[in-house]
Amino acid sequence: MIHSLFLINASGDIFLEKHWKSVVSRSVCDYFFEALERATEPENVPPVIPTPHHFLINVLRHRIYFVAVIQSEVPPLFVIEFLHRVVDTFQDYFGVCTEAAIKDNVVVVYELLEEMLDNGFPLATESNILKELIKPPTILRTVVNTITGSTNVGEQLPTGQLSVVPWRRTGVKYTNNEAYFDVVEEIDAIIDKSGSTITAEIQGVVDACVKLTGMPDLTLSFMNPRLLDDVSFHPCVRFKRWEAERILSFIPPDGNFRLLSYHVSSQNLVAIPVYVKHNISFREGSSQGRFELTLGPKQTMGKAVESVLVSSQLPRGVLNANLNPSQGTYTFDPVTKLLSWDVGKINPQKLPSLKGSMSLQTGASKPDENPTINIQFKIQQLAISGLKVNRLDMYGEKYKPFKGIKYMTKAGKFQVRT
Amino acid sequence: MQKLLQLPVNAVNIVKSVQGVVQGQEEALSPVLTPDSSPQNWYSAVQPEELRHLRSGGMGGGGEGSEDRPGLEEGLTSVQSQPLRHDDLKEMLDSNKDSLKLEAMKRIVAMIARGKNTSDLFPAVVKNVACKNIEVKKLVYVYLVRYAEEQQDLALLSISTFQRGLKDPNQLIRASALRVLSSIRVTIIVPIMMLAIKEAASDMSPYVRKTAAHAIPKLHSLDPEQKDQLIEVIEKLLADKTTLVAGSVVMAFEEVCPDRIDLIHKNYRKLCNLLIDVEEWGQVVIINMLTRYARTQFLNPNINESLLEDSSEKAFYASDDEEDEDKKAEAAALVKRKPYVMDPDHRLLLRNTKPLLQSRNAAVVMAVAQLYFHLAPKAEVGIIAKALVRLMRSHSEVQYVVLQNVATMTIKRRGMFEPYLKSFYIRSTDPTQIKILKLEVLTNLANETNISTILREFQTYIKSMDKDFVAASIQAIGRCATNIGEVRDTCLNGLVQLLSNRDELVVAESVVVIKKLLQMQPEQHSDIIKHMAKLIDNIQVPMARASILWLIGEYCEHVPKIAPDVLRKMAKTFTNEEDIVKLQIINLAAKLYLTNSKQTKLLTQYVLNLAKYDQNYDIRDRARFIRQLIVPTDKSGALSKYAKKLFLALKPAPVLESPFKDRDHFQLGSLSHLLNAKAGGYQELPEWPESAPDPSVRNVEIPDWSKCTSRKDRKEKKLDKPFYSDSEGDSGPTESADSESDSGSGSESASASDESGSGSESEESGEETESEKEEEDEEKEKKRKKRLDKTKAKKPAEESAERCAIHTSYQINTIAPSGSIKMYELLHRITGEGLAVEYCFSRQPFSPDPNMVAVQIQFTNNTNSETKNLHIEEPRLQSGMRIREFAEIEVLAAGESVTVVMGIDFCDSTQAANFQLCTHTRKFFVSIQPPVGELMTPVFLTENDFKKEQGKLMGMNEISEKLTLGEKCVNEHVIVERVTATANLSRVPCGSDKECRFAGKTVSSGCLVLVTVTTKEGGRAQLTVNCEKMVIGTMLVKDIMQALSQ
Repeated sequence: MIHSLFLINASGDIFLEKHWKSVVSRSVCDYFFEALERATEPENVPPVIPTPHHFLINVLRHRIYFVAVIQSEVPPLFVIEFLHRVVDTFQDYFGVCTEAAIKDNVVVVYELLEEMLDNGFPLATESNILKELIKPPTILRTVVNTITGSTNVGEQLPTGQLSVVPWRRTGVKYTNNEAYFDVVEEIDAIIDKSGSTITAEIQGVVDACVKLTGMPDLTLSFMNPRLLDDVSFHPCVRFKRWEAERILSFIPPDGNFRLLSYHVSSQNLVAIPVYVKHNISFREGSSQGRFELTLGPKQTMGKAVESVLVSSQLPRGVLNANLNPSQGTYTFDPVTKLLSWDVGKINPQKLPSLKGSMSLQTGASKPDENPTINIQFKIQQLAISGLKVNRLDMYGEKYKPFKGIKYMTKAGKFQVRT
Repeated sequence: MQKLLQLPVNAVNIVKSVQGVVQGQEEALSPVLTPDSSPQNWYSAVQPEELRHLRSGGMGGGGEGSEDRPGLEEGLTSVQSQPLRHDDLKEMLDSNKDSLKLEAMKRIVAMIARGKNTSDLFPAVVKNVACKNIEVKKLVYVYLVRYAEEQQDLALLSISTFQRGLKDPNQLIRASALRVLSSIRVTIIVPIMMLAIKEAASDMSPYVRKTAAHAIPKLHSLDPEQKDQLIEVIEKLLADKTTLVAGSVVMAFEEVCPDRIDLIHKNYRKLCNLLIDVEEWGQVVIINMLTRYARTQFLNPNINESLLEDSSEKAFYASDDEEDEDKKAEAAALVKRKPYVMDPDHRLLLRNTKPLLQSRNAAVVMAVAQLYFHLAPKAEVGIIAKALVRLMRSHSEVQYVVLQNVATMTIKRRGMFEPYLKSFYIRSTDPTQIKILKLEVLTNLANETNISTILREFQTYIKSMDKDFVAASIQAIGRCATNIGEVRDTCLNGLVQLLSNRDELVVAESVVVIKKLLQMQPEQHSDIIKHMAKLIDNIQVPMARASILWLIGEYCEHVPKIAPDVLRKMAKTFTNEEDIVKLQIINLAAKLYLTNSKQTKLLTQYVLNLAKYDQNYDIRDRARFIRQLIVPTDKSGALSKYAKKLFLALKPAPVLESPFKDRDHFQLGSLSHLLNAKAGGYQELPEWPESAPDPSVRNVEIPDWSKCTSRKDRKEKKLDKPFYSDSEGDSGPTESADSESDSGSGSESASASDESGSGSESEESGEETESEKEEEDEEKEKKRKKRLDKTKAKKPAEESAERCAIHTSYQINTIAPSGSIKMYELLHRITGEGLAVEYCFSRQPFSPDPNMVAVQIQFTNNTNSETKNLHIEEPRLQSGMRIREFAEIEVLAAGESVTVVMGIDFCDSTQAANFQLCTHTRKFFVSIQPPVGELMTPVFLTENDFKKEQGKLMGMNEISEKLTLGEKCVNEHVIVERVTATANLSRVPCGSDKECRFAGKTVSSGCLVLVTVTTKEGGRAQLTVNCEKMVIGTMLVKDIMQALSQ
């Protein structure tokens, strides 16, 4: 299926290639470079590029293009999903997935790619199995390796691929048995000029960090499972049990994993935690524009709105902005016309505002497009949908684990049109 | 093998020197390394496509290897500087320290990753294939898989390590050995791979079986001739009940024999039930395959609805006189329409795939979605919408693919996505390609109820900064206006407002769209046309100008005053316009001339004259044509009468269609669908069958599966379904081999061998009717034919293998029936200018070195003068081979002959030993290639020892074939004679007179070679060879078969 993989950095250099079948010349990437040139923005490169003999399927992540070479029919999502899985694995192994990290660990990268695909078909993509096969590099291990000459490759042969529970290895041992679950919700919203909500949705995930000895069997139940409209699970979750009782029952993988992602039905009214008052205007004939922005909390269930960051792409005609923030700092990049304002925490008593003027190109006509304002924020200790975990039970092991649940709400794609 | 790998230092040097020579020739010959022993026909085995890759890879290596821009100079410098660096890598690889080896391998792998050519390190690396250190080993595998194709000969050195791995008690080692073995793309090991795959397919461990399934497509792409045998293996693995295997074997099925849908029947229900536990990638492949399967086996669940639709449409359009007939047809259709009942298997598939919509893997969700779209009853398709909308939250590449598919779905089933309309609203941060796809979906979703919200949304999009997106939005508005009559005026007004936009692109796009809209009802909109006529002064975009001119020309009667004026302006600027605008000016002139010739006659003449001398021949042609048509002259043809009709015909309004209109004939989710063009290897989604095929083919008799199914049943099946019997007959010859090597292979082989021996059995059971006997005969006949076909099919492969084995400089005559020692010619009298040289394998132990084969060489001097100083020079040997020369012959008098003995260690391979034979005047290039039978020496074993040793060499090491003895092989004596003539073996005493046993060991490594010939009635026999070296075993079987069947 996947013939070859090329990694290309932002400046257009191929810095890694791997072939699973016969070698494909890297000149095939020329077609990709053509498409890259045609696309105005890096994210506008079409994910699938046909060439006379091959098809190139690429994903862009962390400013690196992962270009897979395909020779015959294969579901494109299959390849795309796999490439993302590769990136996730690299991130898992090296902490970051940058060109430098890949170059530094090129041997581990190669070993990983070798294990993940066999003849172009995915073989072992589960991070737990991979970690048994190839130990991730850590500082300590690097030091030890250089002294003792030992290696990253696991000494024993992994058994994970063979077990009934392919996502968990056997013989896990911890002194402190802990299980943490983070319920993170993101609000995607489009707010129109007048402040009314055009569309708003809540997407949530339950991320887990489970460090438990042996083969624990966990069940997690919610107070209000009806809220969940559409869910997708980690393969470890027993689907039948969920269908019947709305209980998550699973043998967890070891370490970090995403247990569940869900969507809260759009029929429910979504609470919008912040509001924006804006007044952005350009006068005909003058080279000045006015910019006023005030943020305020709204429906936050008494929690503080933190880490607020406002960004906006101003019209091309704007030369500079001379603004005055009541709190936080702002920057304006005159080249990309990107205005960003790091607000911090919203104090309901003293609402943060950003006011000032913009200078326009002299002689240019009044821009008729309005900038959109993107907002990011975080609210701790709150799941905005109201989802609550009821209880977590463990079966199959004798010890008492430490259990922790954390809630958080974030802005997803939160846009205000002006 | 150990010996092979622990090459003595001089052997390494030999390898290097071979390497050096070969590389010297490389440029002249071909980028693929061809040591001269390798025959040309390897090339034919390599696909032309592959060759292309090789070439580009091989040539690219030098130039493109350098990190930066590939340049000739850099390429040169890298060639110059690399040998130095590679030398120290070689040294490190040769050292005893694992840490040094590891460091070297790491550096080599890093170079491979950067695309540098490290093929010259091959001999040094391949030695470490048996290294104890796991990481070194792994990296060597990485290297080997990358370069084996280019250095086929040297890659063979590593094979036996993997062969040993295939027998390891640890399943993971077995699996990884098979994985690497099958990844080495070397044609000569195809038979070994085939054996290994067959063996692994019946391995105890499901993980090994999975690896076997993975190996199938690899072998198929290496040698498509193995297809039939591979299909047998696929069939066997499809019956596997473990989830681990299911995904991989279906993947192999899809790649090797996607059209053999008959193999799926028996496994269909099992696959459906296993599906949820299969790993995610396997799920995708299985679901896609099952979609195709279901399309061939089940009835269209929407058949009644589609019939209803058809009939209502017919009634709508039917003209009066046809009505009666139509009614009849309709009635017939109604009669034909039976109440639809879904096949339970169809339901099973739908039910078992549904939970997978909850998968975290987008590819799985998409696969289920397309399955539902193509297979489910209309009422149930809706459930996929939610899951697809969820995928829209994912990475933009995923969004891109999902939106493409949603766009196709919304055309067919609009209602499905209507509740999720708002999820397709566009954000300013979306990439343009996503925006345009979302717009497409929104347009498809628009209907009378939601159009007002959609239009409001579109209005905000028009203010976006992204101009491509704005243009697409305007077109979307146009499409909404054409599709939904009620909003046409609103849209038109909105678009007209856009005409005063500051951005020219926006205006131009609006003009084009307005033109299309106006065509629908031009009468009411003369003021818009007037407005647009004014715009022609300002708009510069050619497409927009052309559109305006066309509009004015087409509806010149609505704007009688303005039209001539516009023509006047355009005539002024004619020469500076773009081509499409010029064409429209000519058009406008012609139309005006026909309607209002008084005012525009001169202008038209002027424009036509300008056009006559235009640079573009299209425009010149058009001008000439129009002049002939409209300007009345004496000679004007018949057509000019109709000029007005021609130009001012009523033109149908354009239909604004979605580009996704007819995409659903491609299977959704496929690459071909995305590109809207068939990609290589795409399997058409078949149309629903008219009537359902027999559903009982999917019945599986569960309790009987482990036991032998009763013969009668089997026969019945065979009778009514020839397809099946074929496939079973196919597996006949090989199955017997299986049943001996592997007792656990199951009932199939047992029953098959049962049948093959049924000749005597049927006689015993007197009750069986005659007809049945006939059937049986028929069956046998069929089987025999199959076998014949098989041998025919095999022939080319065998031949090529043989050609590999036999060097072109001499030929082996057919093996003589006598046991006498055969002489081969080394140098012919004529080519040797009077010196004739012959050699034979004397079968005597070579005393100076017991690991060498003794070759007796006879020189005959046929000249009139004496030949002096006969000796050997410059042996060029495969790595590991050694040669011990004979002492120089000082003088060979005229007419005399002399015999000497030399020793060659062939390293247990049939590769030729090449060297030069020198006299005092000349040098002759000669080569000696041993038949496989000469690579061994006899060993004396007792019957018990023989059995014990044979017990150790089961499984992969055992090769057995059935054969028919030649006419002269009447008794045991002849058999013994023939076998010993073919191979240097000794007879082992044996109690049974039906069996002949022989034993020997290979000369250089001392591996045992055990041969058993079991004779059966009717001149049939079975030949079994047990040998650790499978290459030797296979070749030996071939030779002995040939000798015995003559």
